[in-house]
Amino acid sequence: MNSSHETLAARLAARFAGQLTRVDSTCGELTYEVGKEDLIAVATALRDDAEFGFEQLLDVCGVDYLTYGMDEWVTESATGSGFSRGVEPLPVILDESDSFDPRRFAAVYHLLSLQNNTRLRLRVFTGSSNPPIIPSLVEVWNSANWFEREAFDLYGILFEGHPDLRRILTDYGFIGHPFRKDFPLIGNVEVTYDAEKGRVVYQPVSIEPRTLVPRVIRDDNRYSADLKDRENDG
Amino acid sequence: MAEIQNFTMNFGPQHPAAHGVLRLVLEMDGEVIQKADPHVGLLHRGTEKLAESKPYNQTIGYMDRLDYVSMMCNEHGYVLAIEKLLGIKPPLRAQYIRVMFDEITRILNHLMWLGAHGLDIGAMTIFLYCFREREDLMDCYEAVSGTRMHATYYRPGGVFRDLPESMPKYKASKWSSQKKVDRLNAIREGSLLDFIDAFCKKFPSCVDQYETLLTDNRIWKQRTVNIAVVSAERALNLGFTGPMLRGSGIAWDLRKKQPYEVYDQMDFDIPVGTNGDCYDRYLVRVEEMRQSNRIIQQCVDWLRKNPGPVMIDDNKIVAPARVEMKDDMESLIHHFKFFTEGYCVPEGEAYAAIEHPKGEFGVYIISDGANKPYRVKVRPAGFAHLAAMSEMVEGHMLADVVAVIGTQDVVFGEIDR
Repeated sequence: MNSSHETLAARLAARFAGQLTRVDSTCGELTYEVGKEDLIAVATALRDDAEFGFEQLLDVCGVDYLTYGMDEWVTESATGSGFSRGVEPLPVILDESDSFDPRRFAAVYHLLSLQNNTRLRLRVFTGSSNPPIIPSLVEVWNSANWFEREAFDLYGILFEGHPDLRRILTDYGFIGHPFRKDFPLIGNVEVTYDAEKGRVVYQPVSIEPRTLVPRVIRDDNRYSADLKDRENDG
Repeated sequence: MAEIQNFTMNFGPQHPAAHGVLRLVLEMDGEVIQKADPHVGLLHRGTEKLAESKPYNQTIGYMDRLDYVSMMCNEHGYVLAIEKLLGIKPPLRAQYIRVMFDEITRILNHLMWLGAHGLDIGAMTIFLYCFREREDLMDCYEAVSGTRMHATYYRPGGVFRDLPESMPKYKASKWSSQKKVDRLNAIREGSLLDFIDAFCKKFPSCVDQYETLLTDNRIWKQRTVNIAVVSAERALNLGFTGPMLRGSGIAWDLRKKQPYEVYDQMDFDIPVGTNGDCYDRYLVRVEEMRQSNRIIQQCVDWLRKNPGPVMIDDNKIVAPARVEMKDDMESLIHHFKFFTEGYCVPEGEAYAAIEHPKGEFGVYIISDGANKPYRVKVRPAGFAHLAAMSEMVEGHMLADVVAVIGTQDVVFGEIDR
């Protein structure tokens, strides 16, 4: 597995020098970052060149790196404020006017080559544009169609050139992009049946957000590099 | 001359052939479909967002509820991704148990599919036959996990517990006489493995029964042959996987090509279709049930001979046994930490794919080193299949839409997540 990975990595480095940046991977998977201006050219070459032959785009995954690597737990002592003690709510980000951190939003593509039996992951950051924009890959792999609609729906990433970029998973008339990290888990609105009006109505959400288990990051020496290597070899 | 124009028709979401909550907006030219626009998301529960707010192990239960007719396979994908990040491998016995239950799940899924697909296009009896065998497999789920559907049985590092020595039994009641109960319990007297063994022995003849009802049935063939033909090239470009891809003639199966667990030890064949129509996909799935049965039989034989642990021995990742906790301080601490905070997973990202009954089920996890995943992305097989709906039904009659929904084997739990 590893040797075939390295052959592929060498070929990729030779073919796309300057366009692809390899990302270190701990799990024996090949990951590359590609600039959004190169995306379509790289994708087409990956599909059509016999040495790569990635016939299938399996998945497009939106990611929001806003709170990457951040703990939730900020208190040193226990408080009486219930389940959510020590957890600070995320600041609400008004993103209408300002630009984003260029490494906040990304789309991750998972490719599969049947003829070479290899997988490849590509990551494209949207840059600082607001709203975030990435060129669409629908023309290269038709399977991108719904996956890109999903990433648009959940993260608000616009896919330039997509033939039919509508919401797909959320309700008709939904406001916001629910998987962004600054979108609360409990949502903003709830629906209830209004007996007087005789229909279902929207109203601001009435429940409190609460955290049962705070998010913590621990540097466990169990995961030190040499241990990890030994596991992988064995 | 009168002006003729297409009209738009709404199909679902409350339609018995919509397999749950599919809403289709069909553009019709008379009886012929010009375009189909599936509206999904009516069952969207935000599983992936919920997973971001919970320690890793607490999400396993949500995975069952994705594709709710192949529960353990979903768990498997998720658990494999975590194991990949942690760099651990479950003990051999656990791997065999997982493979066995993956295949039991595959049969469960295909039986559900066969029954529902038949029912959709007018074959009533097959549904009853399929559910007869499903009941037995549900009992296996119950025996091993305590629940018939949402098992939460796979855990990072192995499976929750070893196979039980006894099967749950029917009890006599006002509605079922002692005599009937005795008859039902006759094959439930031994251990779970005895029960599965007995099932494996009888199941091929059951599949024969289904085939007598359908395979050469004139009406069945009229409804499925040459319906929704997908060429191999299109199937690849549209992201088809699993039986949908094999039906189009591509022998691609992750169990063979990128084997996980102990699939490389198993002896089985991959059926492929030739025409890529609904009938070929039917034949592929029926043959897959026979092959799954073979795999289960091999697992049963191995599991009988090889007792051993089913969980890795690492209390940082696996909860200690209840008994140990009573007089061992370390275990008590581990237990407490495990169930309050969970375990931290090293920073990194992993994509684990398994051959789910419906196709490639992938789970992509990004971890930033915390006790909760930073991002979990589920790659449901049905999502890509349903996206090709419009292409598949174009030019067919309205009645063929249900045949196509059936052949895609869509389940909205996984598509909408």
